[in-house]
Amino acid sequence: MSSSASITPPLRPASHPLPGAPDNWRRFFTFNTDAKVIGIQYIVLALFYLLVGGLLAMVIRGELLTPESDLVDPSVYNGLYTMHGTVMLFLFLFPILNGLNNLLIPPMIGAPDMAFPKLNALAFWLFPLFGTLLMLSFFLPGGPSSSGWWAYPPVSTQNPLGHFINGQFVWIVAVALSGVSSILGAVNFVTTILRMRAPGMGWFRMPIFCWTALAAQIIQLVGLPVLTGGAVMLLFDLSFGTSFFQPEGGGDPMLYQHFFWFYSHPAVYVMVLPVFGIFSELFPVYARKPLFGYPLVALASFAITGLSLIVWVHHMFYSGTPQWMRHLFMFSTMLIAVPTGIKVFAWIATLWRGRLRLTTAMLFCLGGLVNFIFAGITGVMLATVPVDIHVGNTYFVVGHFHYVIFNTITFGVYAAIYHWFPKFTGRLLYEGLGKLHFVLTFVGSTLNFLPMHWAGLMGMPRRVASYDPEFALANVLASLGAFLLGVATIPFLLNLVSSWVRGEKAGPNPWNAIGLEWLLPSPPPLENFEDDVPTVLNAPYGYGLDRPLVADEERYVQRSQRA
Amino acid sequence: MTTPIQAQSPSHAHSHAGGHNLTGMVIFLCSESVIFLAFFAGYAVFKLSAPQWLPAGVEGLEVRTPLINTIILVSSSFVAWFAEIQLQRGRLWAFRGLWLLTMAMGSYFLLGQALEWQGLAFSLSDGVFGGCFYLLTGFHGLHVLTGVLLMALMLARSFRAGNYEGGEAGVASVSLFWHFVDVIWILLFLLIYVWR
Repeated sequence: MSSSASITPPLRPASHPLPGAPDNWRRFFTFNTDAKVIGIQYIVLALFYLLVGGLLAMVIRGELLTPESDLVDPSVYNGLYTMHGTVMLFLFLFPILNGLNNLLIPPMIGAPDMAFPKLNALAFWLFPLFGTLLMLSFFLPGGPSSSGWWAYPPVSTQNPLGHFINGQFVWIVAVALSGVSSILGAVNFVTTILRMRAPGMGWFRMPIFCWTALAAQIIQLVGLPVLTGGAVMLLFDLSFGTSFFQPEGGGDPMLYQHFFWFYSHPAVYVMVLPVFGIFSELFPVYARKPLFGYPLVALASFAITGLSLIVWVHHMFYSGTPQWMRHLFMFSTMLIAVPTGIKVFAWIATLWRGRLRLTTAMLFCLGGLVNFIFAGITGVMLATVPVDIHVGNTYFVVGHFHYVIFNTITFGVYAAIYHWFPKFTGRLLYEGLGKLHFVLTFVGSTLNFLPMHWAGLMGMPRRVASYDPEFALANVLASLGAFLLGVATIPFLLNLVSSWVRGEKAGPNPWNAIGLEWLLPSPPPLENFEDDVPTVLNAPYGYGLDRPLVADEERYVQRSQRA
Repeated sequence: MTTPIQAQSPSHAHSHAGGHNLTGMVIFLCSESVIFLAFFAGYAVFKLSAPQWLPAGVEGLEVRTPLINTIILVSSSFVAWFAEIQLQRGRLWAFRGLWLLTMAMGSYFLLGQALEWQGLAFSLSDGVFGGCFYLLTGFHGLHVLTGVLLMALMLARSFRAGNYEGGEAGVASVSLFWHFVDVIWILLFLLIYVWR
């Protein structure tokens, strides 16, 4: 292990256990500080909660199959949609994106690990803790929280059974713990990106995924504390007799809405920005062209971060917001279409006349892009005050944000899994099962979420267990789509497990991609490049261009193949 | 400080760890300041919009004792700063003495706040004023407590042989945290005690 000054260091034998390989699975159940182990821990546990959240969704859709409330009690129904939203956001999407950050950021920038490995492990282990807490709230006497994932007072400060530990109490504690975990994660990711980049990797040589991860984590740092502040005050109102949000005690329920949305609107960008990063990484690989307008795409991420912090009131257009405020926030919300538009056109320009390879990862990216354009259009509609007053709190909104959260973000996450699974496990996923997964997911999600827009425009309110029979067709279609999405997870999980155990060996660079992580063996060794970090010479995505990414590239390629 | 040779050493992940600590602490404090900002904003909104701010029977807050507390807490920041300078000059015992003094001043502040809480005529549930007062001072007090505990940890570390010879980024980070807690207190004091 000497720090050799010679030009070609000797090949390092695989002395470390290979992170990502299924051998030694026990380490996934320990306080392991290796970012790659933590990444896989996050992803696997998040996929478990995807199934939980999906199961809740299917019960909801089962209830909505008929106009009458006949499958579950309406009060149970309130708990179901509250927990569905909470699980999908706090136990599926945030953690799985943190998992991808952990796996991808250190190798992409040539760092051996995260800046604070112990803090990283601590942030992860909070996740099973608050996940389990939230699950246990199902077994409390009054059931889980039933106030919707917004937890607006005064609904969320009701405690009819009078127990100190009730569903809402546990919900707030779990969300607060999730916030602590996310802040610890954000401090870690930002420090890592700021300080641990490979020599020569200036800002405009950094992969877009890292740009977007940085932009997203800054939102976490600025926004989450506000939500935490609001949640603490809500907890005091609920459990300790204060009246911050109780008008009868001089408080102001609107203040909670401001606190909540100041974070929870940007939270969407926390989730969607890394997916923009994934699109920006994958389109060049599978179109064999450099990313169009790379510096602009990078900077647009930060424009989104900035703007995302000044749009939150568009969730409150119908909450007695004064007219001047509505205009201001309508304007700022529409401005976000500019940087996102820049990105969309950059991706389309990247695809234009490219040699497209329709792998599963590429299909999910293309599907996600199409869905995102649709979600963007309905998003601009919703930003318009008159439209929002009309369709706010209807299924139009539900359809819109599922097009963002599922049809864009989850599609992007799936694409990332299909693209980088070989890198971190050393095995290829089966393309046949992958394409089956894509087709089922695309058909299922379209069937599920597209008719919701229609039902919403006709006036079907959200969060109801029974509805007028005129909405029946849209709801039957949506329910069928939801069940199809449930079926779609079967080939996906089958693919993950069977490929991990006995899939075809991937080799270091199965997609012929350009990037530091592809110069490492698959799976990468414990500390990635260790003390032999390549010097970055050029901007990423040099597809079809005669320019090396790093100095002495051939040596790294050969080394990754020999390992 | 960072020569190419050092950057190539196998432990380069750890050799910059000190610098990481300080960067991490700065990022964390930026984030932490936002939660106080949120509370301050909430306090201002409540105070400006409340028809009756103080609960019935409460005249206002006594300022003299809290002012003494404030002066002690704020001066402790300077003591911590001197302690840090001593450490940089390699005077370990001077550092320990001044560091201990900082801890003592922080603890005195906490004690003073506990005594103040005991003597107050209103409680947490007395309107928005009561809630805000206890929430803000309590949340800040929790930070002071955290600061004192972190300083105790740094003090204990100084007894490990050779521990503070290479660098003292841990002390620098804790020191920064302490200054942050003090600045927040000044704002809090102005908002709660001075702003009528």
